[in-house]
Amino acid sequence: MSILINQDTTFIIQGITGREAVNLTRECLDYGSKIVGGVTPGRKGREVHGVPVFDTVEQVVEHNGGVIPDGSVVTVPPAGTRDAVFEALHAGIKTIVIVTERIPRRDVAMMVELADAKGARIIGPNCLGVIVPGVAKMGGIGGPARNAAVAYQPGAVGVMSRSGGMTTEISSTLTAAGLGVSTAVSIGGDAIIGSTYAELMPYFEADEQTQAIVIYTEPGGRMEAQLAQWVKEHDSRLPIIAFMAGKFMDDEEMQGMSFGHAGTIVEGKEDSATEKIARLEAAGIPVVQRIDEIPDLVKAKLAERSPA
Amino acid sequence: MRFFEYEAREVVKRAGIPVTDYGFTTDAAEARTIAERIGGPTVIKSQVLTGGRMKAGGVKFADTPEEAEAHARDILALEINGHMPRGVLVDPKAEVEQEYYAGVVWDGTAKRPLMLFSDMGGIDIEQVAEEHPDHVGRGHFSTIEPFSDFQAKQVIAAAGVTGRALQRATPVLARLAQLFLDNDMTLAEINPLAELKDGSFVALDAHMEMENEGMPRQKNLIEALGIGAEEGTREDHTPTAFEEAVKAIDAADHRGVIQGKDTGFNGNIGLVIGAGGGSLTLTDAVRQQGGKPANYSEIGGNPSVAKACGLAKQVLQKDGVEKIAVMMSIVSNTRVDIVARGVIKACLELGRDPGETIAIFRIPGAWEEEGFKILDKYGIEYCDRSVSLWEAAGRAVAKIEGAS
Repeated sequence: MSILINQDTTFIIQGITGREAVNLTRECLDYGSKIVGGVTPGRKGREVHGVPVFDTVEQVVEHNGGVIPDGSVVTVPPAGTRDAVFEALHAGIKTIVIVTERIPRRDVAMMVELADAKGARIIGPNCLGVIVPGVAKMGGIGGPARNAAVAYQPGAVGVMSRSGGMTTEISSTLTAAGLGVSTAVSIGGDAIIGSTYAELMPYFEADEQTQAIVIYTEPGGRMEAQLAQWVKEHDSRLPIIAFMAGKFMDDEEMQGMSFGHAGTIVEGKEDSATEKIARLEAAGIPVVQRIDEIPDLVKAKLAERSPA
Repeated sequence: MRFFEYEAREVVKRAGIPVTDYGFTTDAAEARTIAERIGGPTVIKSQVLTGGRMKAGGVKFADTPEEAEAHARDILALEINGHMPRGVLVDPKAEVEQEYYAGVVWDGTAKRPLMLFSDMGGIDIEQVAEEHPDHVGRGHFSTIEPFSDFQAKQVIAAAGVTGRALQRATPVLARLAQLFLDNDMTLAEINPLAELKDGSFVALDAHMEMENEGMPRQKNLIEALGIGAEEGTREDHTPTAFEEAVKAIDAADHRGVIQGKDTGFNGNIGLVIGAGGGSLTLTDAVRQQGGKPANYSEIGGNPSVAKACGLAKQVLQKDGVEKIAVMMSIVSNTRVDIVARGVIKACLELGRDPGETIAIFRIPGAWEEEGFKILDKYGIEYCDRSVSLWEAAGRAVAKIEGAS
């Protein structure tokens, strides 16, 4: 199986006529995803790679005989993202991938709060989405279908990453080692995101295909502390292995500088890489120094858990 | 974006929170005029975007307008932590009965804004929270439901405050919570919030930080505060020549994004790397294997040949940089062949041999076959995804350290 999406998942693309969105539509269709419509206000009647475009989400639902799509990929510019996500939530859509970056935090908080109230889940913002290798992808994750096929093969490891590109780098490493990937989620690099590691853990926990978890982390925020806490409070069957990038930011001469994602502006000691590594390791989550160490460690953990 | 105290106080005032009848000036003689208007003792405060101004002598008390002028003259000439003051604030010396703290920040875990209140004002809230946790009230509030005053009241009461002070402080914290959301702040702090002898509350100092992403829609406020577009986001450090140059190259072409930083870096390994997470990973990998990066960079999206070339040229022209390492995590959007063309062009335009100058090229992904063909032609060492980021960084370090 998989988490968040599967072979039957239907979704729409909001902002479908934008340049990046047109590419993303092509990639997802080629990969086997079911895109049932697109929305760009004022562009009703067009088609993007055969996907019909509408003015409103309501029109897409109507076009589909009243069937609400499972998800939406939101690619509209930052000033319009909140409205687009509210529209999707009001239509009853339950899984929303927000690709847009540079959205003001207040708007992110509003979207997440409304999603919670409506029983929906947001992935992102500032992310590449979700991929279930060989089945479907929702978002630009992995790039064109032929590239995604090289880096992502079905397997046992769930991947969560604050960096879109590193989701693919890690998954490719797991694929090359013969382990493969169950579901990979690019969770986004911002200070507030819809779904954190700890919030996605129960999904992986319930997914039989997933046997281990690999996470990519960065300085900034408290998401790793939250995961460490989750692990302490739950008797998870899944071993977790972490990789931490941006250790150089702990150096004194780098203080106050911002690197990488918006979330990596380090504002205090407890957000530092060193502190996070200590927290994760205290919770029994090994933090590797190199990505190429991950496969052997995953294999060792799997062997520990299933003495055959 | 950061604000000076005199601007933050204006933001507070606009939200309907009482402030003292202060004046801001860049001129010592005018400081005297303001002090005369105020009548009575004043406080002269340096307006700098850095902490520790009290310790540095940037805050002084004056009994007379003459004294106010003299202090203003001293403070205007006083550099604090490398910052010259923007001006001075002349503030009436308040008859304070009790100092409080009121603040609002984002809580990334709860994904909601968080109000903080304490009856131990005038010192760092972090210190109070650690030493006297029972004196700090906290409370989240909704970003979509209307704010109601009782939420602020609960937070203040939780800090152990009751009686008249509770009644008077409630609207202050409620308005601070509202202005935090309305103005896209990431931090809104009044410290100290003073209770005067007559029982009224007044903001004696304020600290505001606005989220850069919120700035476009806060244009009116920023303009009203007299902040010009040339001030940008008032980043903590002055951009270096390298940083300015890379920014200009990026702005000249809308395709792709390049960023470059060299503040804090002084090594000899030129890094032409990407994307966000890949750059962080590669910078660590170079350093952990004994390499000294000359800079940090990020290539994102699908930059043009000119952009990739521009970044590589800037890196190559840095002092002490003989060779560059061109490395990214697996790309799906960035075209490998375009980056390859760009970095080769940079070498050629600077009269350097690309095969000698590019220590390693490790960018696997979209259009890699085309890219590898070009790299072959110039005798550049490259590798595909079977060589890890760590290993690629290690090869670059070995080559560059070995050569010098």
